[in-house]
Amino acid sequence: MIFGNFFHKMASPPWFYRVSGKMLPWFGGAFALLLLWGLYGGLYLAPADYQQGDSFRIIYVHVPAAWMSLFIYVAMAVCGVISLVWRIKMAEVVLISSAPIGAAFTFLALATGSLWGKPMWGTWWVWDGRLTSELILLFLYLGVIALHGAIEDRQTAARAVAILAIVGVVNVPIIHYSVEWWSTLHQGPTVTKLDKPSIHVDMLIPLLVMALAFKLYYAWGLLIRARSEVLERERNSKWVRDLLGEP
Amino acid sequence: MSLAEFLNMGGYGVYVWSSYGLAAVVLIANIVIPVQRHRLQRARLRRRFRQEQTTP
Amino acid sequence: MSLLRAFLALLRRDLVIAFRRRSEMVNPLLFFVLVTSLFPLAVGSQPKLLSLMAPGVVWVAALLAALLSLDTIFRSDFEDGTLEQLLLSAHPVSVLVIAKVLAHWLITGLPLLLVAPVLGNFLGLPSQAMGTLMLSLAFGTPALSLIGAIGVALTVGLRKGGVILSLLVLPLYVPILIFGAGAVGNAAMGIDATAQMYIMSAFLILSLTLSPIATAAALRVSLS
Repeated sequence: MIFGNFFHKMASPPWFYRVSGKMLPWFGGAFALLLLWGLYGGLYLAPADYQQGDSFRIIYVHVPAAWMSLFIYVAMAVCGVISLVWRIKMAEVVLISSAPIGAAFTFLALATGSLWGKPMWGTWWVWDGRLTSELILLFLYLGVIALHGAIEDRQTAARAVAILAIVGVVNVPIIHYSVEWWSTLHQGPTVTKLDKPSIHVDMLIPLLVMALAFKLYYAWGLLIRARSEVLERERNSKWVRDLLGEP
Repeated sequence: MSLAEFLNMGGYGVYVWSSYGLAAVVLIANIVIPVQRHRLQRARLRRRFRQEQTTP
Repeated sequence: MSLLRAFLALLRRDLVIAFRRRSEMVNPLLFFVLVTSLFPLAVGSQPKLLSLMAPGVVWVAALLAALLSLDTIFRSDFEDGTLEQLLLSAHPVSVLVIAKVLAHWLITGLPLLLVAPVLGNFLGLPSQAMGTLMLSLAFGTPALSLIGAIGVALTVGLRKGGVILSLLVLPLYVPILIFGAGAVGNAAMGIDATAQMYIMSAFLILSLTLSPIATAAALRVSLS
């Protein structure tokens, strides 16, 4: 019942705006702390890889960014379903606010992957399953952003991108499983296999810390953008006037 | 480990620090730009409400 | 009117309208032929290279021709109000969408399929790959029409929908292109292409079952 109450309130824009404003510094602070911890562990504490030397340290931005690129798109698709089935406006807001952040992480994953691939594989790019589908994911994000911008009515735009997000989510399992389905230069699964991860624990911990840090960053960035979106959608409503009207 | 060794990253310094630098730029921009936009938005709305109050 | 009769009536209507505008029908086919013909002119001095590229070139040309023709699925009906009427009908819109997409494929996709072997020949595609070429296009072009319909439905209300349509649809097309061209490439080298063909058929079945629903939802949104 408590959760029901929470979600009911969550769906209310003025409540969301007020509460998110207070939560912002906490997300930002937690992100900063975890980032420092992760960087310290990844750049300093973790031993150099015996095969790849110190270049493997790119993993601490590349892999969390890639994980976030997939996570955020799935979150967008879930928001899409929620907004279409239950017509909850906040789900629409979260969807469109997440898209630029997801696109940024996807770009980062691709770019850092190239920077890692060049010294390791000798090439900036290879058209294998995972890289190709990650590139497709970037275009799917850009498509969501472009479509939302092209439709004038915000309501219609939100519903259109909800459909697009749901249709595109098919790509996500393809990316995740691509390194198992196709033989490739890319590293096979080492962390998310269901049995024991085959990565040294001193290298694993900073990775998990960075992953958590990036999740907090997503929440932080999401709230900032969502507040703008809510304000824009509700700019003619009473609660916005009350909030900003007083000189 | 000396600072020079740290920056060199076993010969891969360019790649490692480019990656981290790129990450820093992307992450910072994705906070700063929306925050700016939000501030401008609030200022714009305030101005609009003030105008509406003074010109009924 | 029963659903089947409505389906057939819509199919017939679209085909008849298309035949009346025969020149529009020819456009994607002409594009397909022209684009494929450009490659021998550009690469003609190296026939081996040309025949290696042939599977990819034919497939890319077919994909682009399909992309260019997508707009016709809903555009004219949108402009004269027929689309709204379609959404108001008592029949499930997703089934009516299948009728329209089927008509579209018969008009634009099927001709590509029939002409492809000739073009493959121009490019020096080995004859052992012709069967795979036609089969891959037989699975692929309907899937392209079905998936493309989602993009068209999302952008039909926009003024400059064409550019965004490509951006939306191409990422979804890429897997079909990879496996389709890959199948033909394998066949050209005498390697077994069954795996790719299974995946192509899976794409077709998946798009046949799921994309009409998405298209119907998108039409409702665009016309709201």
